[in-house]
Amino acid sequence: MSALAVKEALRELLDLYAECIDTERYDDWLALFTEDAVYQVIPRENLDQGLPAALIYCSSKNVLRDRITSLLNANEYNPHYDRHLISGVRITGGQDGAWELSANYAVFQTNLEGQSRLFSVGRYADKVVKQDGKLLFREKRVVVDTYSVPSMLATPL
Amino acid sequence: MKLENPQAVFPRNDYTRVPYWLYHDAEVYAMEQERIFKGPTWCYAALEAEIPKPGDFRTCFIGETPIIVNRAEDGSVHAMVNRCAHRGAQVRRETHGNAKEHICVYHKWCYRLDGSLQGLPFRRGLKGKGGMPAEFRIEEHGLQQLQVQSYSGVIFVSFRRDIEPLEQYLGPVFTGHLKRLFGKPIRVLGYQRQRIQGNWKLYLENTRDTYHGSLLHEFQSTFGLSRITQTGGVTMDERHRHNLTWSKQGTDADAEFSALYKDNKIHDSQLRLTAPDMVKFDNEWNDGISLAICSLFPNCTMHQISNSLAARQVRTFGPNEFELVFTLFGYVDDSPQKHEHRLAQANFVGPAGLVSMEDGEAIEITHRASSQERQACSVIEMGGGGPIPTRLEHRVNDTPCRGFWSYYAELMGFEPAGAER
Repeated sequence: MSALAVKEALRELLDLYAECIDTERYDDWLALFTEDAVYQVIPRENLDQGLPAALIYCSSKNVLRDRITSLLNANEYNPHYDRHLISGVRITGGQDGAWELSANYAVFQTNLEGQSRLFSVGRYADKVVKQDGKLLFREKRVVVDTYSVPSMLATPL
Repeated sequence: MKLENPQAVFPRNDYTRVPYWLYHDAEVYAMEQERIFKGPTWCYAALEAEIPKPGDFRTCFIGETPIIVNRAEDGSVHAMVNRCAHRGAQVRRETHGNAKEHICVYHKWCYRLDGSLQGLPFRRGLKGKGGMPAEFRIEEHGLQQLQVQSYSGVIFVSFRRDIEPLEQYLGPVFTGHLKRLFGKPIRVLGYQRQRIQGNWKLYLENTRDTYHGSLLHEFQSTFGLSRITQTGGVTMDERHRHNLTWSKQGTDADAEFSALYKDNKIHDSQLRLTAPDMVKFDNEWNDGISLAICSLFPNCTMHQISNSLAARQVRTFGPNEFELVFTLFGYVDDSPQKHEHRLAQANFVGPAGLVSMEDGEAIEITHRASSQERQACSVIEMGGGGPIPTRLEHRVNDTPCRGFWSYYAELMGFEPAGAER
């Protein structure tokens, strides 16, 4: 794949990722991760201080599945719509079939009264692999600038 | 105005009714800052493990007042208001750091680590002109000092010099619990912060309301972490200002729990976790207690949820908003597996907590729906009314909320005639 084609494919993966969350298709969202994937949402202040605790830490896809199961069946949270904007996609490392990327994100939330607010901004630091012809996240680290989380963090970033 | 007759604020002397306007009134909020956060209370400020070395500092807030907590060269811990004694600017804007002194950026007034003013530029003027008057006394212009006392490495501060000793304020149940949690050196694992659009008192009640635990937080009941059928209870101090809610996992039968809840539209008993290791409890204190929510009046909760440990600090922003700051910790002697387990169980807590995320929403919907209400009251009667007990061997109660209000009313001057204490 040419560098341009790789970048286009990674950008498409990120856009699909955002669309799955924003349309609440969480099974399709889970399908974007490898079985051994690590998903982490970490406050920027912790990362800057070298502290390991996260807001969400899923050490495998099964832990991620459990979080979605809980979200849909056991948790009560603020009803809202999510809207992701992703920009500044950069390939930061890797080679053919396994890439590292960084990107900026902003997530707006809209409540059931139609009021929108900026909910979270930060960046993604991801590792993506090609498995059976598909690009999948092997690692997704969401570094949250908005680490004083407004209200609560229920749906994925 | 209701405040003109403070004895009539609470319609009942046992605090089984709390008027909603208390959560929204700006005048009440201003009084709380003076009488509670700056009143005869010990407020949780930080953990000694966060400032291990001389010069280490952290900033925090007591109510809405900005505070610096630091360790001086001689190892002593000092706390001071983070506001320049000159023009009132915030001196430290960082959350933490290490420094030899604190310098205000505005006019570069420089303070020592004990808060005293070391010097200020152009005090004597320039070429005989300007400067501070001759009678200006540098020793009178330090940062405002707070009283500081530590217990088991937990730093508490008070604005009052006539405050009772910390150990007496906490009482034996709570000093005992702090010894249990902080009995060996701890390691700070990180921070979580949550901004909630609601009144801070709703949160203090939330951590004293044992009734909601297995109803709102369905993750822990669905997956067996904490169920109302387990052995558990609440324990307060003699003055009912603090509360410890506890339970023991594995002391009830699945069948008993399922039968109790079968007609409720909650708790899908068919649900299973695909990675159940996360909810495993290691009985590391050898007392079987798998859940301990320790609420210290007026700004602190220490939680143990399974093997997740944290100190939570409440910071207020007017009557309609507060922030929770979670300082997650483990122990220095944790094995790599135990360390990883605590990081996994951090998933339970904070704004994204599988166990605790609902609290933010519960508080926001309560605050929102009661904002214009001047008459109606909240009902606090689970577990009965009348005299407030210090100990209950069940969790079908919200009695510790009445304890909270009784001490709140005393400090605020709102006690009704014949008030329970």
